Amino acid sequence: MNKLLLIVGGSTLVYAALAWTMGVWPGIALSKIPAGPGVEPLTALQSEGREVYVANGCSYCHTQQVRPLDADKVFGRPSAPGDFTYQTPELLGSERTGPDLTNIGARQPSSVWQYIHLYNPRAVVPASIMPSFNWMFEVVAQAGAGATPIPLPQSYAPARGVVVPSHQAEALIAYLASLKQPALPASEAPNGNAAANAGEAPAAAKAAANAAPAGGYDAAKGAAVYTANCSACHQANGEGLPGAFPSLKGDAVVNKDDATKHIEVVLNGLHDARVSGVVYSSVMPPFSGTLTDAEIADLIDYERSSWGNHGAPITAAQVGAERAKAK
Amino acid sequence: MQAEATARHSDLSEDDNRALISVFSAYTATATLWLLFATGVGLLIAFKFGAPEFGGGAWLTFGRLRPIHTNATFYGFASIALVGLGYYVAARSCGTKLYSAALAWTGLVLFNVAALAGTVALDLGYIDGDLEYREWPWWIRLIFLAALVVTAGNLIGTVARRTNTDIYLSNWYIIGGTIWASIISVVAILPWYQFGLGQVAVSGFYMHNAVGMWFTPLALGVIYYSLPKLLNRPIYSYALGVFAFWTNLLFYPIIGAHHFEFSPLPWWLQTIAIVFSVAMLVPVWGGSSNFLLTMRGRIRDLIHSYPLMFIFVGVMSYLIGSTQGTLEAFRSLQQVWHLTDFTVGHSHLTMYGIIAFAIWGGIYGLLPLATGKKASQLGMALHFWMALVGCFIYVTSLSIGGTIQGLDWMHGLPFIQSVIDMQSYYVGRGVGGLLMFASHIVFGWNVWRMCYGRSAVESPLQSLRAEEAVA
Repeated sequence: MNKLLLIVGGSTLVYAALAWTMGVWPGIALSKIPAGPGVEPLTALQSEGREVYVANGCSYCHTQQVRPLDADKVFGRPSAPGDFTYQTPELLGSERTGPDLTNIGARQPSSVWQYIHLYNPRAVVPASIMPSFNWMFEVVAQAGAGATPIPLPQSYAPARGVVVPSHQAEALIAYLASLKQPALPASEAPNGNAAANAGEAPAAAKAAANAAPAGGYDAAKGAAVYTANCSACHQANGEGLPGAFPSLKGDAVVNKDDATKHIEVVLNGLHDARVSGVVYSSVMPPFSGTLTDAEIADLIDYERSSWGNHGAPITAAQVGAERAKAK
Repeated sequence: MQAEATARHSDLSEDDNRALISVFSAYTATATLWLLFATGVGLLIAFKFGAPEFGGGAWLTFGRLRPIHTNATFYGFASIALVGLGYYVAARSCGTKLYSAALAWTGLVLFNVAALAGTVALDLGYIDGDLEYREWPWWIRLIFLAALVVTAGNLIGTVARRTNTDIYLSNWYIIGGTIWASIISVVAILPWYQFGLGQVAVSGFYMHNAVGMWFTPLALGVIYYSLPKLLNRPIYSYALGVFAFWTNLLFYPIIGAHHFEFSPLPWWLQTIAIVFSVAMLVPVWGGSSNFLLTMRGRIRDLIHSYPLMFIFVGVMSYLIGSTQGTLEAFRSLQQVWHLTDFTVGHSHLTMYGIIAFAIWGGIYGLLPLATGKKASQLGMALHFWMALVGCFIYVTSLSIGGTIQGLDWMHGLPFIQSVIDMQSYYVGRGVGGLLMFASHIVFGWNVWRMCYGRSAVESPLQSLRAEEAVA
């Protein structure tokens, strides 16, 4: 047999067969997966925002896939095949230089925060290395009708005028707000065994955490929970950002001996809050679904004993009682 | 085999020879320009990890420059350089002229037009999705596909002109690589099976195959020719090379899904990918031991020849980087390393350590034989050591940093802690990258001397005859 024919023909046939089996055929089968319950197509503005997200390569640093691993618990429930039906081009990503964004609309519902962060991430997260997208904003002398200027901290605001988002920034933030994981029916655990195993582990950890003895609080844990969940808005110094996020330093609720309201806000979130006479339009997410009683107790005790605050400490049992009340 | 590796050139006319040399030189020269551009961009984005405000605005934003860096490296530098080398190796090892020099020039124009248009499109925000290594708008990828098809046809035509019945190993790999790359480009472009999770499956297949079924086979083909040529000794085992060829072809296309472990892709698809990632040890160890056994007992020749040193580093990276790839595929290790910068370290150990070093070894070894002009010893030394040390610093920094990043996540630390912990390793990466980039400037100077510098020998054919005498 002619050797050239063997190399050219043989390797073409073998490779084409494998490309079919490992690329095209799984592609055909998986393209047909129906949308999961509660998974909706995007609105026109949201899909415009998705295009902005794609064009600027956001997914080179932000994944949109939650793995059935403990490390990914903070980002939401494990992703399921039905989550991706309307997601073309896919944005699963391969690197997490920044956090996963699968559920960012639920984890950070405040569009005010998103705008400030997009304009200059370091205005709200000092250690961030994300680029500034200030070129998606305009500086105008005065915000036009219907437009709200971004409440930037003074050191990041332009010397004159106010900052308003461009249309593409609005679309992008609308897209980010749409990224919310619908709850999965209990029977539908993704990826079979692995998910089942991974699902059990956190449950056990949760129970263990709840069983931790009360009396005194874990300051390091409280600080860690605060950094992971709260400091993006209320900042590491507890002072928030004027006009955008209320200060916890010296706040009446935080320093009041009866902690009921404090616990309630952490568990259930808050919107259109009036704090010290100022109304804040930004939304605070509820943490009842993501943090355990013990974690919330550590967190609240941390807030009540930091930055000069003197609120009475609380216990995990108190958080449990409030949680039960809400149900 | 030696007879083929150093085939007769006497039936070549001076014109055919000159045509081959100018094709080889032109491919090498444009590839070098792409290398400088792509790694310049790489250096800029490496700095952005430490100074995120450095280079602001839409055109210089990280997310647009990152795919420009990877695509320009892959399709500008590596593809063009390897095709240039491939033409030279195919023609010389078959003792014939190119099937068509005009087609080779057409291919060169198409490759460059695609890379240029792709770069501009990405910078303006025209992108087909953040789909690794296939970000260019589809019509630009069609231009690239046309270049591949032209190249495949031209290479097959060239090898068909040979007078021996046998086909030297290098040509198996070079022809195979161009055909596989053409097939995979078609798979990547067609849209009908790429919705949602279906596209994820295709992405996993594509991103891995684009590397391992295109760059690796061509680089191996170049090594299979240059190594025996430079050592003046036949390859250790022809059969082992053929065995590695077929096992690589059978195993490699199956492992793509290991890029999406723990994703919602079907669990069996991920598991098969892991199993065959282990199977890949067969062609990898087969290929590298073949090269190392060819070098056995010739350390003295090795350390006195920079082309051989480049190839030696390429072979060692092939052995180490690919074995690392197998280990990384295990679920237990993916839990730590997946989505961290460890992956970026791995991709530089492989694309840079294997592919770029093999290309440089091939160019330093073969281009002077073609043109009769040499790069200075100092130039090659500067290039070699800066590239090697730079790559070592780069890969080590990101491997350690990436591991810490993964452990931070596993320990449930606030996410921002992993960003803070990476800072010093990002600096290390920047230092490594700076050395790598500096070495590329020297390489540019060396290429200039080998292509267009003063001639060491009067006529190219004379140098060829001298070379034959040695063989």
